[in-house]
Amino acid sequence: MQMSVPSRQFDQTQADGPVLALSGITKTFPGVKALDGVSLELFPGQVTALIGENGAGKSTIVKTLTGIYQPDAGTITLAGQPVRFATAQDAARAGITAIHQETVLFDELTVAENIFIGHAPRTRLGLIDWPTLRSRAREILTRIDADLDPDTPLRELGIASKHLVAIARALSVDARVVVMDEPTAALSHKEIEELYELVDRLKAEGRAILFISHKFDEVFRIADRYTVFRDGTHVGSGLMSEVCEADLVRMMVGRDVDQIFPDRVHNPGEDVLQVVGYSHPTEFADIGFTLRQGEILGFYGLVGAGRSEVMQALFGITRPSKGVVKIGGQIKVIRSPADAVENGIVYVPEDRGRQGAVIGLPIFQNVTLPSLRRTSKNGFLRLAEEFALARQYTERLDLRAASLDQDVGNLSGGNQQKVVIAKWLATRPRVIILDEPTKGIDIGSKAAVHAFMAELAAEGLSVIMVSSEIPEVLGMSDRVIVMREGLIAAELEGGDLTPETLVRHAAGIGAAAETTAGDRA
Amino acid sequence: MTRFLKSREAMLTGAILALLALIASRFPGFIAPGNLARVFTDTSPLLILALGQTVVILTRCIDLSVAANLALSGMVCAMLNAAWPGLPVPVILAVAVTLGAIMGMANGILVWKLQIPPIVVTLGTMTIYRGIIFLISDGAWVNAHEMSAAFTGFPRASLLGLPVLAWMGILATAGVALMIARTPLGRAFYAVGGNPHAAVYTGLSVGRTQFWAFTLSGALAGLTGYLWVARYAVAYVDIAAGFELEVVAACVIGGISIAGGAGTILGTLLGALFLGIVKNALPVVDVSPFWQMAISGSAIIVAVTLNTRSARTKGRIILRSAEHRAPEGAAA
Repeated sequence: MQMSVPSRQFDQTQADGPVLALSGITKTFPGVKALDGVSLELFPGQVTALIGENGAGKSTIVKTLTGIYQPDAGTITLAGQPVRFATAQDAARAGITAIHQETVLFDELTVAENIFIGHAPRTRLGLIDWPTLRSRAREILTRIDADLDPDTPLRELGIASKHLVAIARALSVDARVVVMDEPTAALSHKEIEELYELVDRLKAEGRAILFISHKFDEVFRIADRYTVFRDGTHVGSGLMSEVCEADLVRMMVGRDVDQIFPDRVHNPGEDVLQVVGYSHPTEFADIGFTLRQGEILGFYGLVGAGRSEVMQALFGITRPSKGVVKIGGQIKVIRSPADAVENGIVYVPEDRGRQGAVIGLPIFQNVTLPSLRRTSKNGFLRLAEEFALARQYTERLDLRAASLDQDVGNLSGGNQQKVVIAKWLATRPRVIILDEPTKGIDIGSKAAVHAFMAELAAEGLSVIMVSSEIPEVLGMSDRVIVMREGLIAAELEGGDLTPETLVRHAAGIGAAAETTAGDRA
Repeated sequence: MTRFLKSREAMLTGAILALLALIASRFPGFIAPGNLARVFTDTSPLLILALGQTVVILTRCIDLSVAANLALSGMVCAMLNAAWPGLPVPVILAVAVTLGAIMGMANGILVWKLQIPPIVVTLGTMTIYRGIIFLISDGAWVNAHEMSAAFTGFPRASLLGLPVLAWMGILATAGVALMIARTPLGRAFYAVGGNPHAAVYTGLSVGRTQFWAFTLSGALAGLTGYLWVARYAVAYVDIAAGFELEVVAACVIGGISIAGGAGTILGTLLGALFLGIVKNALPVVDVSPFWQMAISGSAIIVAVTLNTRSARTKGRIILRSAEHRAPEGAAA
C-alpha cells in the first residue's frame, strides 16, 4: 500500500520512461565475472525479452533485480528513484515479483494460502482474516480467468495451473514488474497460448514484464522489446519490430575470438561406441550415433534438450527403454555406473557440487575412489599406491593444491573439476563423457581443460563433450550432434559447423521449412 | 580439514583430562590405574555399540534399534544357556553375532530396497525386536541361577590384567578403525555419506554400502547383547532400554557428523569414554546420577555447535589460504 503513492507520482511525471532501470551492474563470483556492467530497462505495459546463451548472465540479473544477489557495482532505479534491494523481501515490497521456471510454491497449502503467503490480510487482532483472504483470492483468480477453487490444495494442480497461481500471487502484491523465467518450458501448446493471453492482460494493466526465453518464435510472438546478453555483458537492446531472427542470433553468438583452442588433427580411428535407437520413456527418443577412436564428439543443445539424460543412460544411471549400445563392436548392457566403468565408459558430470567430488574426503581419496580394486591388495587399501596413482594423474592435469591430503572442498571450482577428471582417467577408460567440462570455471583452467582434452584424443581416447558454449563446441569438436527436445536435430561436420547453424538447429528455427523440404525430396 | 579434526579430538581429549583432574581433586582414587581400567570396562558395551553406530551415521543413516537388538540377542543367548548349559561360549558368541547381524541386515534391506528413511525403519524394528523378546520369553526373566558359570564368567575372565569385556572393546575399536581406514568398504562409508550423488556417479551403490553399515552395527549389537547379559547375569525384556540414545550421544560428542561422511573412530572412542567417565564419576563425587543426563545433553549441544562452526569456517578462510599457498608449493 505504501508503494502506491510514489508509483502514482511517477506515472504522472514520466509516463514514457522505464519503470525499472538497471545500469552498470557488475557481479563477480569467485573466479567468474557473471555480469560486467550490464544494463536493462523495463517499461510499463511492455514485454521485454531477455535473450542470451546459457551462462550469459540471465539468471544472475534476475536474481539481482529480485534482491537475491546484491550487485558489486551499478545502480537500480525504480520509478526514477535509486533503490537498493538488500533482501528478496525488499524487492517484493517494491513491487517486483518473479515467476520461476520451477514454481516456488507450497504444495501442502491451498491456492488461496499460496497467493497470500507472507502478506495475508489480517484482522484487527492480528490473526489471518480468512474470509477476506478467500474472497480476494477468488477475485484475483477471476480476473485472470483461472478456473481454480481457492481452497484446492496446490499439490492437486498441474504445472500450468501452478503457473496461474504464481501469476495470481504476483497480482496480489500489485506487482509493477513481473519477471517470467522461461515460463513456457514445461507447458503444452494450449497452455502456452493461455499464458500469452495472460501476459497480454498484464501488459494492458500497465505492468512491466521481463520475459526470459530460449524460444525465438515465443519471443517474436510476445515481446515488444529485447535485450541481449552475452558472456555477462550487454550486447544490444531495442524494439522487436526493428530486428529479425538473424540479428538476434548474431548478437547472441557473435563474439570476439578471445579464446584460443588447441590445434588438432582430426584423424579418427575405428568405431569405439555405437548407439542405435536409444530411447527413454520421457527424456529422449531414437538417439543414434557412432563415436570413433581419438575423436571429440560435441553435443550441443539448449538446456533441457536431453543431452545429459542420454549421457546418464549411457553411464547406467538411468535405464533406456529401447536401444542398443555397442562397445568395440559388441553389444553391451549397462545396468549401473559400475558396469559402465567396467566397460571403459566414464562420465564427468555437470554438477560438480552434487555429483562430482566428495567434499570431506582428501584429494587423493577422491581420485582413487573408482580404482580402489587396483590400489588394494588382499582386501586392504595400500595408501602408498593410492598416493602414487593420485599423484600421477593430478600432476598430469596440473592440479594446484597444497597437498594431496587436503580436503577437496578447499579447492577452487577449476581444480575440483581437475580432481574429478583425474579420478576417471585413473580408471583408464576408452570413452570419457565430459558434461559441460568448463562450466563456471575460470579462463585459465578452461584453457588447461581444453588442452588436456586435445591431448587425450590424440592419445586415442574417445571424448564426448556435452557443452552449451558455442565457441567451445566449435573449437574442440570434430563432429557435433545437436539435440532438441529429446531428439537429434542435426549432425554437423566440417563447413556446416558455424554458430548460426548450431543455434538454428538447437532452437528449431526454420526447422519446419526444412522438414517439409526434406519430405518433398 | 585434517588439522581441524585433529584439533577437535585434541579438544575432546583436553575435556576428558580436565574432567579427570576435577574429579581427582575431590576423589584422588578415581584416577588410580585400576579404577580407570574398571571405568573403561564399564564403558566397553557403550563403546562397541557406538563403533557400529559410527559407521551407520557415516553413511547418513541412524540405527535406533541397537539397544533392542542387544536385548533380543542377549535374551536368546541366556535362554540357550538355560536350556543347554553345556553349550560352549564360542558357540554362544557366534550365535549372538550372527543373530545381531541378521537383525542389522533386516534394517539394511528395508533402507536399501524399500528406500524407507533409516530413522523410521529402525524405530519400527526397535519396537519389533523388543516385542519378539516378550514373545520368546513370555515376559519372564532369565536369572543368574539359570546361567552356567562359564556363561557368566566369560566377560569377567581376566586376560593380561584386563577383563575380557575390556579386551572386546579394544578389539572392536581396532577392528573397526582398521576397516574404516584400510578397506574399500570403509572408504565407501565416507564417500556415500559425504556425497551420495557423487558416490552413485563413481559406481558405488549407496544402498548396498548402507546395508553393510547396518549389518556391522547389528553384529556388534549382538555381540554386546551376550556380553551384557552375561556380565549382569540377568536377561529380561527391558534391558538396555533407551540405551540407543546414549550410543548416538557418544558418536555425536565424538564429532561424528550427523549429516554423514565425517568423523573418526578416535572421536567415537573419546566420545564414549567421556560419557563413561561422567557416568562413573558422578556417584563418586556425590552428585546425583540424574545430573548425568543434563551433562551428556550439554556435551551434545557443545559438540554439535563446534561441528557446525568448524564446518562454516572451512569454506571461507581455509579456501583462501589454500589458494594462496598453492602456487608457491608450500605444504600445508
